[in-house]
Amino acid sequence: MEIAQNIVLTILTAATPLLIAAIGELVVERSGVLNLGVEGMMVIGAVCGFAAAVLTGSPWIGVIAAILAGALFSLPFAFLTLTLATNQVATGLSLTLLGVGLSGLLGEAFVGSPGPRLAAIAVPGLVDIPLIGRLLFGQDPIFYLSILLTAGVVWFLFATRAGLTLRAIGDSHGSAHSLGIKVIRTRYLAVLFGGACAGLAGGHLSLVYTPQWVENMTAGRGWIALALVVFASWRPLRVMAGAYLFGAVTIGQLHAQAIGLGIPSQFLSALPYLATVLVLVLISSNRRLTMMNTPASLGRAFVPDR
Amino acid sequence: MRIELFKRPQHSVFYTVASPFIALALMIVFGALVFALAGKNPATGLYLYFVEPLTELWSLHELAVKASPLILIAAGLSVAYRANNWNIGAEGQFIMGGVFGAALPILFPAFQNVATLPLMLLFGTLGGMAWGAIPAFLKNRFNANEILTSLMLVYVASLLLDWLARGWFRDPQGYAFPGSIRLPAAASLPDIAPSQGSAHWGLAISIAVAVALWLVMGRTIKGFEVKVMGASPRAGRYAGFSAASMTWFSFLLSGGLAGLAGIAEVSGAIGQLRETISPGYGFTAIIVAFLGRLNPLGAIVAAFVLALTYLGGEAAQMTLGISDKLARVFQGMLLFFVLACDTLIHYRIRLVGTQKA
Repeated sequence: MEIAQNIVLTILTAATPLLIAAIGELVVERSGVLNLGVEGMMVIGAVCGFAAAVLTGSPWIGVIAAILAGALFSLPFAFLTLTLATNQVATGLSLTLLGVGLSGLLGEAFVGSPGPRLAAIAVPGLVDIPLIGRLLFGQDPIFYLSILLTAGVVWFLFATRAGLTLRAIGDSHGSAHSLGIKVIRTRYLAVLFGGACAGLAGGHLSLVYTPQWVENMTAGRGWIALALVVFASWRPLRVMAGAYLFGAVTIGQLHAQAIGLGIPSQFLSALPYLATVLVLVLISSNRRLTMMNTPASLGRAFVPDR
Repeated sequence: MRIELFKRPQHSVFYTVASPFIALALMIVFGALVFALAGKNPATGLYLYFVEPLTELWSLHELAVKASPLILIAAGLSVAYRANNWNIGAEGQFIMGGVFGAALPILFPAFQNVATLPLMLLFGTLGGMAWGAIPAFLKNRFNANEILTSLMLVYVASLLLDWLARGWFRDPQGYAFPGSIRLPAAASLPDIAPSQGSAHWGLAISIAVAVALWLVMGRTIKGFEVKVMGASPRAGRYAGFSAASMTWFSFLLSGGLAGLAGIAEVSGAIGQLRETISPGYGFTAIIVAFLGRLNPLGAIVAAFVLALTYLGGEAAQMTLGISDKLARVFQGMLLFFVLACDTLIHYRIRLVGTQKA
């Protein structure tokens, strides 16, 4: 049974960066902005978090640096799409291209250097409970943060006035503007929040999941997070379920590679990407469901009338 | 102070032409800043990046080798993006083009005659089309977002290539190193001027295709259909155009051209199928397409600019010791600047002092 607990633990760890990045992007998209730069902000978070942790010796400073770097890096996207009303698809793409390039440059000095790992929490006594002890009381701090974050976003979106305002902007920015709501300002804050989450998700990769810096280490996880938001039809709890499902696929294929089923490793490595395509197909084919849940202003530039 | 946009009654012709040049100028200023921050002489850095590769014949040939795939991919993407079909998986279609095209000489090494090369180019194009057809089918049949599916297939394609180069397609006499046999002469795109440099006839194909696409876009009903469907799908529907067949057209065209670029690269520049065959051409071509104003002729010019950053990166690394990864940063910045400058086409930008209402 110890094995089962270990497997569940690795699945939760693999799923955490997906969950955090997708929750952040969910808030951005609920405000009506499509930021395809998640991969770029994530990889910038990973490299900055790792660099800060190595230079200061403190993984916690690394975590903070990752969050700040992700948020900061989302600003050029926000400026272009919100202030200059550029095409969100193209601008998000360019954020990802720039992030991948910039992280390669910034991280060059840190390739191969050993990094500090953010240690797991262990609540004395409780962590030794059989079966569930380590699952509940012995994981890395960012895992607990991801749960709090999801709960916080559920509360914010569906139980606060500010959350209602944000959703209203996402569904009809014109009407929201007529009501005197600050559309652009709210969207700036949403994009910054999404950037901070993507940065934290990247930091989890380079400080917890595999404490090192490898170029392109996000390996498409930012894109998978984007797909998760669609898969979850813009609901936070479904994002959570989707992230753990993907964690299971990732860990499952790793175990299959270790056992050596005679299937080439490349085919198994392709599974998470193929699974992403599959779930997109499954969820999108129900056109009515997608139409009902997609924020109606998603991806459309907003220029206020004066 | 804040920035406000005022819609122009008509789009500005001046900025339509000037915006990519303003963007380039901004990138050069930004580049000078980066060199200064790195403690290098900005003038030397900029010279190495943007001038030196143009001063010698062999490096002009290298420039053509790098520009050729970019032209071909970006010309196709320009059309797809014009039609509002976001194919961002050209990198995967490029890889599949290389795989399908090179499969012929690798699996049938005895088949060497005048038909070999044309068949390879054809299979490469078909391979790219097949890979591009997947997101088009999933979009039309299941309403699945083509941005995400086409991007996911890039990872799948590069894993497939990795497996082939280490397994099925590996040279049996290659001492277990990954990579196929060297392609025989009958399977290689010949060099334009072998005594002078490495440029191969792929460049001529690329330019011919881009010019042909420009004519299609400007002079034919198909080109009109692409523009209408991109600008206003509803107007297009009233005109009797079908969004589904436009998606097919966009993906088959851009996928096929990316595939053609892939086999041209393998057969003309690399000479064998390796575990990686692209330094990110499929993604750089997205920048080329936008810098070229989503116009196939513009793509030709823009491709040479982006090819220059690849060569400049290598030159600056050798001479100044600055990482060639800086080239990727320049490329990314350039796209940002282009998109920002494009706002000027449709809007006036004013700085407004904040006042209490």
